[in-house]
Amino acid sequence: MNVTLQEFDKAISVSIEEERLDAHNSNELKAQLLNLFEEGKINIIIDLKSVRFIDSSGLGALVSGFKNASSRNGGVKLCGLQPQVKSMFELTRLHRVFEIFPGIDEALATF
Amino acid sequence: MKNLLEVDIKVPNQTRYLSLIGKIGEDIANTLKRFNNSDPEELAYHINLVITEAMANAIKHANQNDPTKDVHICICLSDQELCIKVYDQGQGFDINQIETTDPDPQQDHGRGIFLIRALMDRVSYERCATGHVLEMRKSLKTLPKKRN
Repeated sequence: MNVTLQEFDKAISVSIEEERLDAHNSNELKAQLLNLFEEGKINIIIDLKSVRFIDSSGLGALVSGFKNASSRNGGVKLCGLQPQVKSMFELTRLHRVFEIFPGIDEALATF
Repeated sequence: MKNLLEVDIKVPNQTRYLSLIGKIGEDIANTLKRFNNSDPEELAYHINLVITEAMANAIKHANQNDPTKDVHICICLSDQELCIKVYDQGQGFDINQIETTDPDPQQDHGRGIFLIRALMDRVSYERCATGHVLEMRKSLKTLPKKRN
């Protein structure tokens, strides 16, 4: 999975450079997030602006990251959701679980 | 009910084919602009999604990631409905045992069948000659004809 990492003082952003986040690549995202947690990076912003399509496995990988971060007293926040992707969060009620922001800067300001 | 279009595809039991088949479903749904079925782009996304979910279930759960197995997908379009059938070669499961209530937001799995049921009008999972088939149907309401 292609991702771009950017380190800031209070958090790290993970920009997913894939059009699809699905059952084919969601385990890679889970593994990448686990690596960051193990390095002590527990405040993560996941930027989904390049993601046009997400399925239940992709949503599951984000929930897994959210739970892992919370158990380490950190947080996973999302930004850059395209309208169809956002509607999947609403359909599965996950918009009530995640904090969702327009862009990285807005998410960063809340850590 | 005559089929306007029928696409029959067999792919190896690998998740790398999800995007290819999902895109075919999306492109077929994109041809339905003359149908009064909500936003055509939204319908196209939903068709891509239900195909992706059904195939991922077939590959990982029914066919247990066995690379010697296949997944067979049939997409049929008539003037009244879009029907998608996904055939696996597994032992099957009882779809009625899967809860119809909203999935637990804290769980990192278990949303696939929920999404299929939420987005399609009729869903069934039955035994067939080679394994099981998940059948998903969406009614297509035609736009009323313009009066001259």
